[in-house]
Amino acid sequence: MSRFRELLGRAGLAFALLVIVSPAVLFFLWMISLSVKFEIDNASYPPVFIPEHFNWGNYAAVLSSNRFSTYFMNSLIVTGAATAFALVVGVPAGYGLARMRAHKAAIVILIARITPGLSYLIPLFLLFQWLGLLGTLWPQIIIHLVVTVPIVIWIMIGYFETTPMELEESALIDGANRWQIFRYVALPIARPGIAVAFILAVIFSWNNFVFGIVLAGRETRTLPVAVYNMISFDQLSWGPLAAAALIVTLPVLLLTVFAQRQIVAGLTAGAVKGG
Amino acid sequence: MSEATATAQGQVQSKTRPEPDAQGTVGWERPSYWPFIAPALTVVLAVIIFPWAYTIWMSLHEWKVGSPPTFVGLANYIRLPSDARFVESIGHTLVYTALSVVLPLMFGTLAAVIFHNKFPMRGLLRGLFILPMMATPVAIALVWTMMFHPQLGILNYLLSLVGIPAQLWVFHPDTVIPSLVLVETWQWSPLVMLIVLGGLAAIPSEPYESAQIDGATRWQTFRYISLPLIMPFLFIAGMIRMIDAVKSFDIIFAITQGGPGSASETINLYLYSVAFVYYDVGYASAIVVVFFALIVALAGALLRLRQTTHWNDTGGST
Repeated sequence: MSRFRELLGRAGLAFALLVIVSPAVLFFLWMISLSVKFEIDNASYPPVFIPEHFNWGNYAAVLSSNRFSTYFMNSLIVTGAATAFALVVGVPAGYGLARMRAHKAAIVILIARITPGLSYLIPLFLLFQWLGLLGTLWPQIIIHLVVTVPIVIWIMIGYFETTPMELEESALIDGANRWQIFRYVALPIARPGIAVAFILAVIFSWNNFVFGIVLAGRETRTLPVAVYNMISFDQLSWGPLAAAALIVTLPVLLLTVFAQRQIVAGLTAGAVKGG
Repeated sequence: MSEATATAQGQVQSKTRPEPDAQGTVGWERPSYWPFIAPALTVVLAVIIFPWAYTIWMSLHEWKVGSPPTFVGLANYIRLPSDARFVESIGHTLVYTALSVVLPLMFGTLAAVIFHNKFPMRGLLRGLFILPMMATPVAIALVWTMMFHPQLGILNYLLSLVGIPAQLWVFHPDTVIPSLVLVETWQWSPLVMLIVLGGLAAIPSEPYESAQIDGATRWQTFRYISLPLIMPFLFIAGMIRMIDAVKSFDIIFAITQGGPGSASETINLYLYSVAFVYYDVGYASAIVVVFFALIVALAGALLRLRQTTHWNDTGGST
């Protein structure tokens, strides 16, 4: 009898999991379905789930359009530069703040988290206009620091606070200076923390949309902005649109599935989100 | 403060005080970390603090992009209460936020209770479950727009399967905010789940064991043991959800742009129009300041609610 009850419990759990995970999974499956269908299938009612004829041309059309490579490079440069720079300044800062036990400094980061992204845009937009930087990628790289720097500092404070002090103290006794201790003792231990900070900074910078719609010109669009601009032109061609949307978000989806352990650790430690 | 002066201070102290070691170390240690922080501090000053200060200054000026600013004092703020579109957008924001806090909290907690079990492929399933919150918002907004389509959308097809008449979703003023909240709930329940899951993992197993001995049902166990103990985590999740929902932009902008009409125009959407469609940056800055004050006020209200209901210290009865 108790075996039966246990079996029933397992079945109930499996059913509950199915119900709770399916909105996420079915959504992305539907997204894939939309992206591989001809317009005639996408416009049919009742909907076609798995088409008789696959239309890989939707992907080919997006990937071969001459602007796509430009926008992809723009996204890569903006996210890459903003993340790299955030790590260079943010990791030492996280270390310094953790060792100084400067918890009050973290309040600045919290307020940055509360402030709507648009409110950074107005003054910085005017500044970039005044500096004549609009039309280049610099404004976007700089403003993406609003997203990446707080994430990196926040996560690194948490990590350095949990790393043991004994090693650093013995290195100090051996005559190492502060910089050497950071470089050769603290930094190697904190590598998993840096990985978490890197992954989250990349994702939230890559996903960012609001900074791009204001600051990007025709040549400097990042992928999310480029996809959004496709809507107004191709309101009714769902296939290429879904293919483009999937291409834009695919790197993030893969990163989430393969690095879910790091992502979960980072999100629950700081519960941070960019923008 | 530079390292040299700090060391000098330590030496002075070691001369005046009989215990050079303890005092000297403290005086030497603290300032020596400044070089680590200085670069980040410069960046934070430039891209975070400077915009705040400049926004306040701008909000006191009549300023359209392209023409020079003129000082008008508090005129921009005085204009706000009589701006019908702004007042209306506050209402939309509050409704949108309230729903976008409560629904993800419910579904996220439910999901956390389910994920707080041992089962095969738990990591993979958790990874799939959090996909909505990690995916590029614009990309998923696009697919939701297709799903909301009144004639060809999959949602109306699914409704027809269970005999519910077709809806206009984001294309009707009455249903647009609930429809957007549906997306928001789908997207952000995973974050609530992760936070609550962390809370459940922190509960020791003893209370559950004794509850099992006493013959408590699953619901009773959740209601009287788990729920009170995860209340602090629910509070954190609710706070984060509130902050994110109140300034939600990508999803609303990409799906409705505040429409139909202005039925889903939240403060953030209106702010975008004032700043980057009308280029009225002075007035937009005043909106930013009031908007920020509103967020802080809502956060304060949540904190008060927590204190008055003693969420975190009673045994479940609120």
